[in-house]
Amino acid sequence: MTSAAHTAPANEQTYDVHRIKADFPILAQQVHGHPLVYLDNAATTQKPRAVISALEHYYAADNANIHRGVHELSGRATKQYEEARAAVRAFLNAADDREIIFVRGATEGINLVADSFGRSFRAGDEIIVSTMEHHSNIVPWQMLCERSGAVLKVVPIDDDGEFLMDEYEKLLSPRTRMVGIVHQSNSLGTVNPVKETIARAHAAGARVLVDGAQAAPHQRLDVRALDTDFYVLSGHKMYGPTGIGVLYGKRELLESMPPYQGGGDMILSVSFEKTVYNKLPYKFEAGTPHIAGPIGLKAAIDYMQAVGLERIAAHEHELLAYGCELLAEIPGLRMIGTAAVRSSVLSFVLEGIHPHDIGTILDREGIAIRTGHHCAQPVMARYGVPATARASLAMYNSRSDVEALARGLRKTIEVFS
Amino acid sequence: MDDLRDLYQEVILDHGKHPRNFRKAPAANRTAHGYNPLCGDQVEIFLELDEGGVVKDICFQGSGCAISTASTSMMTQALKGKTLAQARALFEEFHALITGTGEPDPEKLGKLAVFSGVREFPNRAKCATLAWHTMCAALENRAEPVSTE
Ligand SMILES: Cc1ncc(COP(=O)(O)O)c(C=O)c1O
Repeated sequence: MTSAAHTAPANEQTYDVHRIKADFPILAQQVHGHPLVYLDNAATTQKPRAVISALEHYYAADNANIHRGVHELSGRATKQYEEARAAVRAFLNAADDREIIFVRGATEGINLVADSFGRSFRAGDEIIVSTMEHHSNIVPWQMLCERSGAVLKVVPIDDDGEFLMDEYEKLLSPRTRMVGIVHQSNSLGTVNPVKETIARAHAAGARVLVDGAQAAPHQRLDVRALDTDFYVLSGHKMYGPTGIGVLYGKRELLESMPPYQGGGDMILSVSFEKTVYNKLPYKFEAGTPHIAGPIGLKAAIDYMQAVGLERIAAHEHELLAYGCELLAEIPGLRMIGTAAVRSSVLSFVLEGIHPHDIGTILDREGIAIRTGHHCAQPVMARYGVPATARASLAMYNSRSDVEALARGLRKTIEVFS
Repeated sequence: MDDLRDLYQEVILDHGKHPRNFRKAPAANRTAHGYNPLCGDQVEIFLELDEGGVVKDICFQGSGCAISTASTSMMTQALKGKTLAQARALFEEFHALITGTGEPDPEKLGKLAVFSGVREFPNRAKCATLAWHTMCAALENRAEPVSTE
């Protein structure tokens, strides 16, 4: 197993996981009489004090509506909102702040593209997605197909949960308009070869949307190196607040696309005869946005960068390897998702014990994992399981957390024996 | 650990692993589908009612966690030979037991009282009651699947 995006050697001495953990107030609690072991990070991550303080400070000191007031507070709020856009631009290594659109989350980002970019799709056009997509990168395209008569094609995965490049190549054709692919799978942990996927799509004349909701907290991103057309993020999965996400789009594409929603802020002038839409990025940000959201997200990005993206990735990579080792010793445990390049996800089933029961027993030990289909029912169908148990790692998890998981699983087996 | 033992009592584990009446009923005249989208539990209930409205046979198929499988299994045992009215009344008792509302009657519940531990696990209540909701749908011959959500 190799990790996607780092070269720095992991070193527990220089990576002080306990100090990092101490920055996340929620983690210092007992659950059912045990110290909380939070391993449901793929669902949502916890927030460092820096993010909580940024939100509090914004509401306590600077709250005002943006882009419209002449007064001091509005100026401050606008400045911080736009500084957050610049921070996200730098985080993604995008070329231009105007390519960063604030949305509610990855889901809304994908819906925006399917709705707006998809408006020109016609019967016979084709959209390709992979089997391991989150429902949010399936359903908006299905809805677009229903509206437009376009056809959805699905790239299969193998038993390890690897994207099958050759099968993908066979599906590409001049009819392909759009390829939707997840950068890192939330149900399997697979890190997909998105750069090659994008290059091949471009060679066929198609555009690509990469779902980066899970990749963002685990590796350094570079939308220009990938040459992706669209990239989406969810703030809450990268230590930021809920309700804020990002759509990155190449400027010429965004320029050419019709607005997604109509309202205030997205217009230059309105009359009943003619309304002129605003320029990027405001064309896609109708109405008063979640102003505190980007401000909190910037604090999260700053925090991740202060710890070091490569160091986080190295730490999590080592922890994943350790977790795999410990889980391999558990009798009757089968890993779901064993791709060569993967990150932060331990998805598994236990023989004769339903994931839901595992989840309940671990919860009583203070261990939070996710059980279910992880909004990836096609993946469950592919593996012939109704659900899996999933432990997912973040920068604040330590070796003792995965040890607690292994202990909890042995206890689960004991309860059921 | 104690409330875990209360939840996963021997009887429940046994029914979870070896569900009774786990089959299709060739003569079923009432069926319904139940689904819990949160955990993926699926159940299909087959009922054979005689002319007098008595449950002559009841069985099920599907997949689910220990709580939902055991609950379905024990429900089928409890309902055989009961009238429609008795079946509904028993569901009321069971529901009261699971949700901790009202005063369930241990006499009426019989073996089903082993599910009392579920009360301490509110997010597992749906696992225990899916079969019962589905059974009610079967009695009414409702076509659309029952969902816990
Ligand atoms: C891979 C992936 N894509 C998209 C999403 C959707 O994110 P959100 O619900 O924040 O819009 C998720 C969330 O689980 C995810 O894991």
